[in-house]
Amino acid sequence: MKSHRRRKLTIIIFLFVGSLATVLISIFALQNYINHFYLPDEIVSGEVPLERKIRAGGFVKPGSVVHESAGLGVQFDITDLNDATFRVHYEGILPSLFREGQGAIVAGRLNKNGIFAASHVFAKHDENYVPPELKGMVEHDDP
Amino acid sequence: MKFIPTWLHRLASPQHFFGDIKSWIMWLYVLGTIGFLVGSVWGLAFVPPERYQGDSFRILYVHAPIAHVAQLIYISIAVAGVVHLVWKLKMADVYMSAAAPVGCWLTALALASGMIWGMPTWGTAWVWDARIVSTLILLFLFFGLIVLRRVVPNPTRAATALSILAIVGAINIPIIKYSVEWFETLHQPASIELFGDIAIAPVFLTPLFINIASIYVLAAGFILANMRYLVVERNASMTWIQGWIRGQSQ
Repeated sequence: MKSHRRRKLTIIIFLFVGSLATVLISIFALQNYINHFYLPDEIVSGEVPLERKIRAGGFVKPGSVVHESAGLGVQFDITDLNDATFRVHYEGILPSLFREGQGAIVAGRLNKNGIFAASHVFAKHDENYVPPELKGMVEHDDP
Repeated sequence: MKFIPTWLHRLASPQHFFGDIKSWIMWLYVLGTIGFLVGSVWGLAFVPPERYQGDSFRILYVHAPIAHVAQLIYISIAVAGVVHLVWKLKMADVYMSAAAPVGCWLTALALASGMIWGMPTWGTAWVWDARIVSTLILLFLFFGLIVLRRVVPNPTRAATALSILAIVGAINIPIIKYSVEWFETLHQPASIELFGDIAIAPVFLTPLFINIASIYVLAAGFILANMRYLVVERNASMTWIQGWIRGQSQ
């Protein structure tokens, strides 16, 4: 490679690597603002502001979903599958993918009793794509 | 130092490129269209629904290939930018301008198909999470590449400006790729890793790979056709173009 081309290429590589490092350092410094939601242990340990609009996410604790007898009110627990669990209250229609054991993100306010009053609930899909059990479909074909 | 084959070397000259590439484009269109139809029909009609998502998961067969190829096109434009700045190849400049609109459309379609999938799955079409915002920035970078050519009147300067924007903007690509791992996002992590596990059941995979390959082929066809068009536009005063135009009009 001719020397002036080598010099140009070196400058480009240095500029790219330098600006990449700058941007990455910046976004990791701002990580708290870039993260879309708080995790259950952050909610439980009191790291999050009370009565402010925030988002929190985790897994819907199996067996915790309770529909109120009247209206659209529903309560459920969000857990990180370890110790941290917090209770969510929500009035509205849940997304169709919302189910026990699956990921969910709630947007709303955490009150001082530790109950999360959600104004929106989003279902989080994981990276696994799995077909349903085929057994039931085979039986269905039988006369 | 003959590590570049002759046929490839010929393509660096606009005149040879214009003649040699003509017969490829139709084949790329035909192959890509057939592949995309086969993959899509297979994915839409001949694989079972997903366990939780039901039929709405099938948008994966459009969303994942176009989002993947859109990012790859951006990387290729940045590489062409380096080639332009260092080696001053004419075709590298042509490539940047030809590929930008294709990448722009694919990014827009990736965002749109993601929103359509998000409505039934997440319960919302749009959230400001790191993956979605960085993809939106990719769309704006493509807008920038398209617009820059038109606002800078001097073609040499426009090509330099385009190269720099493409190279600096390439920082966004690892951010898109790893946003789902570095940050808490609503978007799920990657299901397929080049050197890792595949989290998609085998029954879903074949049509997905057919569609990924088809989008590669189709995008190559669109970009090469655009490049031919730009070669004509930029060499309009050359005798070989004049001769070709006379041949066309007879």
